[in-house]
Amino acid sequence: MTALPLDSESAVLLIPLGAAALLVLLPGYWLAARLNILASLLTLIAALRLLVGTPPAPGPYLLVDDLNVVFIALNTFVSFTTSIFSASYVGHELEIGRLTPRYLRFYHAMFQILSFAMNLALLANNIGLMWVAIELTALITVMMVGIYRTNEALEAAWKYFILGSVGIALALFGTILVYVAAQPVIGEGAESMIWTQLLTRAAAFDPALLDLAFVFLLLGYGTKVGLAPLHAWLPDAHAEGPTPISAVLSGLLLNVALYAVLRFKMLMAANAGAVAPGPLMVTLGLVSLLFAAFMLYRRRDIKRLFAYSSIEHMGIIVFAFGMGGPLANFAGLLHMTMHSLTKSGIFFAVGHIAQVKGTQKIADIGGLTESHPWLGWSLILGVVAIAGLPPLGIFMSEFLVVSSTFARSPLLAIPLVLGLLLAVGALLRSLNSLAFGAVKGSTAPVKASYAPLFAHLGLVSVAGIYLPPQLVSWFQHVSILLG
Amino acid sequence: MDRLDFDIAHLLAGGLVLVTFLLLYQDRLYALLNVYAVHALTLAAAVAWQAFIQGASHLYVTAVLALAFKAIVVPGALRRIVARLGIHREIETVVGIGMTMLAGMGLVALSMVVMLRVTSGEASPIAREDLAFALAVVLLGLLVMVTRRNAVSQIVGFMSLENGLILAATGAKGMPLVVEISVAFSILIAVIVIGIFLFRIRERFDTVDLQALDQARGDRL
Repeated sequence: MTALPLDSESAVLLIPLGAAALLVLLPGYWLAARLNILASLLTLIAALRLLVGTPPAPGPYLLVDDLNVVFIALNTFVSFTTSIFSASYVGHELEIGRLTPRYLRFYHAMFQILSFAMNLALLANNIGLMWVAIELTALITVMMVGIYRTNEALEAAWKYFILGSVGIALALFGTILVYVAAQPVIGEGAESMIWTQLLTRAAAFDPALLDLAFVFLLLGYGTKVGLAPLHAWLPDAHAEGPTPISAVLSGLLLNVALYAVLRFKMLMAANAGAVAPGPLMVTLGLVSLLFAAFMLYRRRDIKRLFAYSSIEHMGIIVFAFGMGGPLANFAGLLHMTMHSLTKSGIFFAVGHIAQVKGTQKIADIGGLTESHPWLGWSLILGVVAIAGLPPLGIFMSEFLVVSSTFARSPLLAIPLVLGLLLAVGALLRSLNSLAFGAVKGSTAPVKASYAPLFAHLGLVSVAGIYLPPQLVSWFQHVSILLG
Repeated sequence: MDRLDFDIAHLLAGGLVLVTFLLLYQDRLYALLNVYAVHALTLAAAVAWQAFIQGASHLYVTAVLALAFKAIVVPGALRRIVARLGIHREIETVVGIGMTMLAGMGLVALSMVVMLRVTSGEASPIAREDLAFALAVVLLGLLVMVTRRNAVSQIVGFMSLENGLILAATGAKGMPLVVEISVAFSILIAVIVIGIFLFRIRERFDTVDLQALDQARGDRL
């Protein structure tokens, strides 16, 4: 790969874009699915080169620093595994006629453009460019969610479109306010939208304007993070779209929006007069956690169940970053990584399960360990992991969040622990009927691609016991950056 | 700053707020689209005036886009959709007109209080008051969206909200063009998406009333 005439920074952006252009033209399923995987793999390699290489100097549009490299590596890895899962998933959809070849072509191209838009949002050094990229992700996912064109899918897409656009509009207003705050200090023009410039000069900004801007940005991008009470689009979008898109939504897109919030949080922290963003984030995080924990009970649709679980976990992550400080930030970063890996892994399993059983209704699925032992036990491992039971990766990050909260403000730890326990109860209850008991539904063998599923679950299991010291020191470094 | 420049900018931005109020109480789709065209026209004038007094020629592009695209093309396209779907009847509103207007006044007062208090510092007066008006338009656009059940009128609400954003962006002196073009572009994409949606909805239902879609929710049986 060293012969590549591109620097890794642009490769991460240009490979998906080029692949998308090719995929629009390619008619066949077989070739398109493989090209999709290949492009995702190449993007992953470029991202890894970005990770190990020395970061290039920040330009007017793009920036590579220690914070976003973590996100980009995670993003491209999950994109790659999802593309493998997607190949077998859409193959089945094509067979049963839920997707026509024309829509499939559209789907593959959109998959790559989505990957491009997410990487652009993460790499952007210009807050306007970041906004554009996040809006692009919203538009693409809206179309992907509606791709089955059933009544439910259309309603989900419409709801997502309306809520997502309102969120994105509020975020733009916040972005404009940041510019208005920066303009008297940095001067007119593009300079006042460059994030690295903003960060170094933030101390001199008008604190009141910055406060107002942050409220809009938190609400705007928070809609895309899926924070309650702005989460209404999320369960529908997860349940009605193709499962690879659910995996990308939960595993990646929520993180990208969260990343935007974190960038602006750093800006707030750099200004002494501005209100501390922590309490706002802590409140939103706790509300999301508790709300989702209650909503996890009485779910009838398996994908909706895990969508609510994503809201719960985003709540925990936002709570951790809101608490701030090296330990809580470390826990937040770790939790984000673990959640991405576990949740997309679960969606891989759920996708195959829903396909073989022909339904997403929890009541119609049962005895998976007996009918499909590999899928059943993977699902059990995934759910045990996402519920935060030891010794898996999420247990460790949740333990860190809880213990750091106990050390600093014990009163906040009470609702936090309550929410966590409620969620564990709900998940295990559903898992019991899904995995054990009488076999329900079809017992036909599955043509599943287990590799991505096992890769994700394997990483999460290992991370619960052993984290490589390089990774730990990297996360520690980023936690200090986040303040 | 010349006093007259300031007053005209004020007048146009205030006019936009006023036209947004007109949107709030329209009860027929064609009338709503006409008022939206006036809304976009007012925005074009406000942006052009900002371009003139700031000496920022690139803002004229935004003004022309607002004029051609939002005041003429989009209302025209939506009108055709409405005609083809045969839905030019009355719009179902969620709450009464009186309550909506009261809520609208409350939102305008809120945005004035918030913005004028917050920007009392070094920001130029024109930016402050433009921002206050812009926030009012954004909030009123949200109100239009939540008080209507019909898909077309929700789109109109969303577009008036975006007009408020453009007013804010042009009021902020020297804001790079990148953002304005992207905003205009995003509206273009948004309309395409919306258009596709409307026709897809049409395939399934005989109405674009979103209540019909509400019944198709998977989880609440």
